[in-house]
Amino acid sequence: MSFKIIVLAKQVPDTRNVGKDAMKADGTVNRGALPAIFNPEDLNALEQALTLKDRYPGTTITLLTMGPGRAAEIIREGLYRGADGGYLLTDRAFAGADTLATSYALSMAIRKIGAFDLILSGRQAIDGDTAQVGPQVAEKLGLSQITYAEEILDMTEKSITVKRRLERGIEIVTGPLPILVTVNGSASECRPRNAKLVQKYKHAKTVTEKQEAAADYTELFSHRPYLNLEEWSVADVQADVEQCGLSGSPTKVKKIENVIFQAKENLTLQPTDEAIDQLMKELIANHTIG
Amino acid sequence: MGNFYLDTPGLKHHLHHPLMKRIVELKERGYADKDKYDYAPVDFEDAMDSYEKVLEIVGEICENIIAPNAEDVDKEGPTVSNGRVTYASGTQRNLEAVRKAGLMGISMPRRYNGLNFPVVPYIMAADMVSRADAGFENLWGLQDCAETLYEFGNEEQRQKYIPRVCEGSTMSMDLTEPDAGSDLQSVMLKATYSEKDQCWLLNGVKRFITNGDSDIHLVLARSEEGTRDARGLSMFIYDKRNGGVNVRRIENKMGIKGSPTCELVFRNAKAELCGERKLGLIKYVMALMNGARLGIMAQAVGLSEAAYHEGYAYAIERKQFGKPIIEFPAVYEMIALMRAKADASRSMLYETARFVDIYKALEDISKDRKLTQEERTEMKKYAKLADAYTPMGKGMTTEFANQNTYDAIQIHGGSGFMKDYACERLYRDARITNIYEGTTQLQVVAAIRHVTTGTYLAQIREYEAANYKPELEDLKNKLIAMTAVYELVYTQVAEYKDQEYMDFHARRLVETAAHCILGYLLLQDANTDESFRRSAEVYINYGQAEVNKIESFIKNFDREDLGYYKQV
Repeated sequence: MSFKIIVLAKQVPDTRNVGKDAMKADGTVNRGALPAIFNPEDLNALEQALTLKDRYPGTTITLLTMGPGRAAEIIREGLYRGADGGYLLTDRAFAGADTLATSYALSMAIRKIGAFDLILSGRQAIDGDTAQVGPQVAEKLGLSQITYAEEILDMTEKSITVKRRLERGIEIVTGPLPILVTVNGSASECRPRNAKLVQKYKHAKTVTEKQEAAADYTELFSHRPYLNLEEWSVADVQADVEQCGLSGSPTKVKKIENVIFQAKENLTLQPTDEAIDQLMKELIANHTIG
Repeated sequence: MGNFYLDTPGLKHHLHHPLMKRIVELKERGYADKDKYDYAPVDFEDAMDSYEKVLEIVGEICENIIAPNAEDVDKEGPTVSNGRVTYASGTQRNLEAVRKAGLMGISMPRRYNGLNFPVVPYIMAADMVSRADAGFENLWGLQDCAETLYEFGNEEQRQKYIPRVCEGSTMSMDLTEPDAGSDLQSVMLKATYSEKDQCWLLNGVKRFITNGDSDIHLVLARSEEGTRDARGLSMFIYDKRNGGVNVRRIENKMGIKGSPTCELVFRNAKAELCGERKLGLIKYVMALMNGARLGIMAQAVGLSEAAYHEGYAYAIERKQFGKPIIEFPAVYEMIALMRAKADASRSMLYETARFVDIYKALEDISKDRKLTQEERTEMKKYAKLADAYTPMGKGMTTEFANQNTYDAIQIHGGSGFMKDYACERLYRDARITNIYEGTTQLQVVAAIRHVTTGTYLAQIREYEAANYKPELEDLKNKLIAMTAVYELVYTQVAEYKDQEYMDFHARRLVETAAHCILGYLLLQDANTDESFRRSAEVYINYGQAEVNKIESFIKNFDREDLGYYKQV
């Protein structure tokens, strides 16, 4: 038994270490001022996919990401950890997309990829924190969905069983395949990059990157075909331009406010090292400290 | 996300030493692997880039997984029940991370599924792992044993075992016994050939075996009945899957507590002979030990580095008398010296690793074809240098690790004595480094030969002859003066032609040579990278004072005084 898995991943600005120039005057994120990283919960989703691949040999993992040319790094980061391939959706017409336009574009790309059993994505991205894209992709493809997954417990040829992390406990649910599952940050951390895979894929490039980069190792691209990363435009996925990017995005930012963080939550702790340790981990995880 | 590789610019500096061009050329043999393996480099730049990228993975795992686990691993430690060891939970997570990252079998050839890395980047990984958790470095560093298996095992054994190591199987080298520690020729574990089982059977007890419940063991055992010396010993491979070896107990140690030190009982344990009979100790273990000593040097460097970071972080944070304590001369001198000793140790480590790299790569090539006359000369030269630098380096770096971890506690004051800070763990972990794989006293025994035969002096002369920037002229002159002292004290000791007198001063002589060599290595570093200038200045000031102290001791020493030291 093996499965075809698609992992949706996003390159995001690292909002965990924001400086004063993190936002532009118009209220949008100043992406240039922040390092670009693999959205953390998408890494949790990738780990779930890789665990399934370990468990069910023959399973394949395809990454799908949308973004500017440099987002090809997301595909490479996936390949370095054990994914089998990936596609970068990139086109000026995709720019400025809100969650609706993004999920439309992703769903069109998934249709082009073809048959799959499971789509995994992070619960939400740290730049927008909407948690809407995963569910919207499922809607557009007419799929069942399970959100807040912490662990995939089991898969059969027809179903998947998932542990969900909810505010006040956990829930174990089973759903039919094909399905879309969004993964919570409390799931297992993603494994490190693999030494051999990094060496194998480090020269992998998209067409655009090949044009931009100095012409090193060009001869490799012909006899190592896996080094050619695929880029798809609006036309490649047969999408309707009107529904993409800014024109397909009904969301408008009305106002941005600077909020001073004032937590008024109470928490009673047991006076043990473990409880304090747990608190520290939570505070670091939600970026209150660190 | 922090990264131990990226936050220590010295590592990159050592990785990009000019000699690497030759090392990679020898190791990659015309980059022929590129057509067979998708992860093989296509040229020198590509290879160097791969080393960097893999070292970045190591640096990330060290900072984000291994280092944060270190405190709990130290507290929890491994346990033993029913003859099997269970690692601390943090150790298990560390092992899983390094396995998934493919960081086992780093130096093994690709045909056995290894990464075919030279010793330099491999040892650099060890340097970082040790900084994160010196105890874990032992488990991870025992992949060194695969090197011995590769060098001395037959092709069938290589194919059988090395890919398993690359997949993540752990190893151990089972040498020590209750009555055979430094004196390994007294090993008594018995190996008898069983015609019935068509294999060797091992019986006896081993003690102080690091990671003794490993998957694959290299075992030193007495195969020649009736013998009592080194010539009766052979080396065997024991595969845990075959059973026959149980862990009787694990030691309760002062430091490196995450690494299980086991007492093993062999009962008719099936084993394969590795290499030829009777060469176990004489040839194979000696080779194994040299590799292991380089590993301990890396462990010491990692500890020195960690101690510096702990000491420095505390000294800028802690305020007394209205200012951070680092502003007091007594404290900043300690910090500067810690930095200098860590840098000097690291320069020694990589200089030694480069020597090992060249001669080992040539030795490996010689298995497939006859070496040219130049290649043979080159191999001999570097083998001799490796032989000279390994004991000197092991001795100096491990003593410095002890000094640095000691000073790290001193900087913390009373707080450093508490379990709340990492420096007390580092101090305990460092204490074994100048004992195992040969005490410093035994390193001196190995190194003194190179004082008397002039290996060190010849190398110092080579360093002296190199070109340095004019602003480093004063430092170089100090080193020239130190070298003159070295020659003088050696002559003073040697002229008596008295072996016991020579042995008495041996450590002083080796250390004098070492201060000159370490000084020159830092001078070279400073010559190409200004950031080493401070350490070069500080170390050479320190080294010169040490050398003068030794000179004064030897000059004023009356040979008759030896009697006062002897107690029978």
